[in-house]
Amino acid sequence: MATFRIKRYNPEKQPESYYEEFQLDIKPGMTLLDCMNEIKWTLDGSFTYRMSCRSAICGSCAVKANGHSLLACQRQGAHLVKDDETIVLEPLGNMKPIKDLAVDFKPFWDKVDKVSPYLQPDKKAPKEERKQSPEQFRLIDDSSTCIMCGACYSDCNVLEVDDNFLGPAALAKAQRFVQDSRDGKTLERVKYLSKPGGIWDCTHCGECVERCPKPAQPFHRIKEIMTVALDQGVTNNNGARHALSFAKLVKSSGSLNENIIPVETVGFFNIKGLFDLLPVGLRMLFKGKNPPILHKSIDDVEDVKRIYMELDE
Amino acid sequence: MKFALFTGCVAKGATRELMLSTMKSAEGLGIEFVEMKSAACCGAGVVSEKNPLLADALNARTFAIAEEQNLDLVTICSTCQGILKKTECHVDSDPAYKEKVNSVLQEGGHQYAGGKIKIQHFANVLGTEEGLKLLREKVKRPLTGLKTAAFYGCYVLRPSELSLYENPDDPTGMEEIFEILGATPVYYDSRTKCCGFPIIMMNKDASHDMAGNALIDAVDSGADCVVTGCPLCHLSLDAYQPEIEKMNKKGCSVPILHLPQLVALALGYSPQELGMDTHVVATTGLDKILAQ
Repeated sequence: MATFRIKRYNPEKQPESYYEEFQLDIKPGMTLLDCMNEIKWTLDGSFTYRMSCRSAICGSCAVKANGHSLLACQRQGAHLVKDDETIVLEPLGNMKPIKDLAVDFKPFWDKVDKVSPYLQPDKKAPKEERKQSPEQFRLIDDSSTCIMCGACYSDCNVLEVDDNFLGPAALAKAQRFVQDSRDGKTLERVKYLSKPGGIWDCTHCGECVERCPKPAQPFHRIKEIMTVALDQGVTNNNGARHALSFAKLVKSSGSLNENIIPVETVGFFNIKGLFDLLPVGLRMLFKGKNPPILHKSIDDVEDVKRIYMELDE
Repeated sequence: MKFALFTGCVAKGATRELMLSTMKSAEGLGIEFVEMKSAACCGAGVVSEKNPLLADALNARTFAIAEEQNLDLVTICSTCQGILKKTECHVDSDPAYKEKVNSVLQEGGHQYAGGKIKIQHFANVLGTEEGLKLLREKVKRPLTGLKTAAFYGCYVLRPSELSLYENPDDPTGMEEIFEILGATPVYYDSRTKCCGFPIIMMNKDASHDMAGNALIDAVDSGADCVVTGCPLCHLSLDAYQPEIEKMNKKGCSVPILHLPQLVALALGYSPQELGMDTHVVATTGLDKILAQ
């Protein structure tokens, strides 16, 4: 017998959420969603959550189990029981609960809408269909598997502190069009995605990759947009300057010169940006933590430079 | 135990106390580190933003150097560890890509074979049966009474298939080390989260907020200090702590230690020998706890 500790919320009855426990015998083969259904159908009909396909296709049943988001229909209930014989169920994070495990997806969809999630071809429609080679399709194959379940959005570390971040799902959707050979707005798209709240606000923490139930893997898609943005010359922002400076500094000495990268990232003529660097810079200098003024190259740095040259960098 | 030491850039730059304490820990434990002086920066996941093949070629070159030394590679930075494991996965899982990478390396005289060396964080080495046995034997000054909160550094945990921790969503590797050192582990939700450092130049407020939330969580859970395996987390949590404190109404002042500093303290080294006086947040309060 497992104990399901479920976060309940019904603002019509009381403003605060609370936890309620249900005992359930998890029979072999029951998914977490089967368990939730069993609780609703036999123990408490008011227990509220979203569900539909039961086959990891519709993306409706994403919830938090033991602190991390997942698709309830995709996981075996018995595999989620902790050592203390409990499973903790909570609504997805970074969105407001409506009732029990059902959350308000409006901010999520608004952000997907912001990335213009549709093809914008710049050529007249051909008589027949627009064709793609297998190689061209492979670039957007993974992102097109996204089922918009919100699991990545729920656990995104940046969204926990900044509502302005577009978030992993919208950015993965954006990559599906940025790298679509039939789309004609690549430059406009990467310009928009390079603004504050876009690709360069991702911390690379990997939480979205870990929670994504499909091959969409948002962080990898975000990295792909970054590469396109740099290739397209959209470099007038801190994120792009940071990437270019980083690669250049490693080329020159084989290792990162931490004295130069902050300055090149904010830009030499960005007086406010440079001024903002001063407190931490002085603090570190005072403590003797400042990186050595004379930056030392690694041994055999010539081989590193040769690799850069060979790859046209 | 003998390893090729991949120091990473930050341990030779802004957190030289990490390098210092790593070498003291190794000395105290009788571990031999051969510094990889010709290994390039791992790219920190940033060089790959510009050119993924370039980043993988530089890291495969590093692996080839370790293979030539016939030594397993040890990192002392969660970011380096995560990035190197990603390259290892990219190259090892695709023979055609490995051939492409090796063709780039060829003229420099290096070739990456694959499957010959292990790539491990120092914490993972200490967490092996042999490492834990060494720690048990060598602890001279148990850190009794020190409530110690781990901050893993997210790159060593996710993606989980590349992590060396048994349960990356709820790891216990660092806490097991703390217990052997005599300290009391503090478990708190934020210990597996991101410190915010990668976006410190792009979205400063969000970055500091992420670090602040982790610090508040650790302090609220009763921590005397936070211990990290990542020098970038250390910069975010220690060097920027004054800014973070200004942003938060709630107090979050807490000393931040590198894992090798904690280990070396228990091995009997003094805080000064481990560069703890160079931290922005004073660690002197810990001396009083340890003296009790």
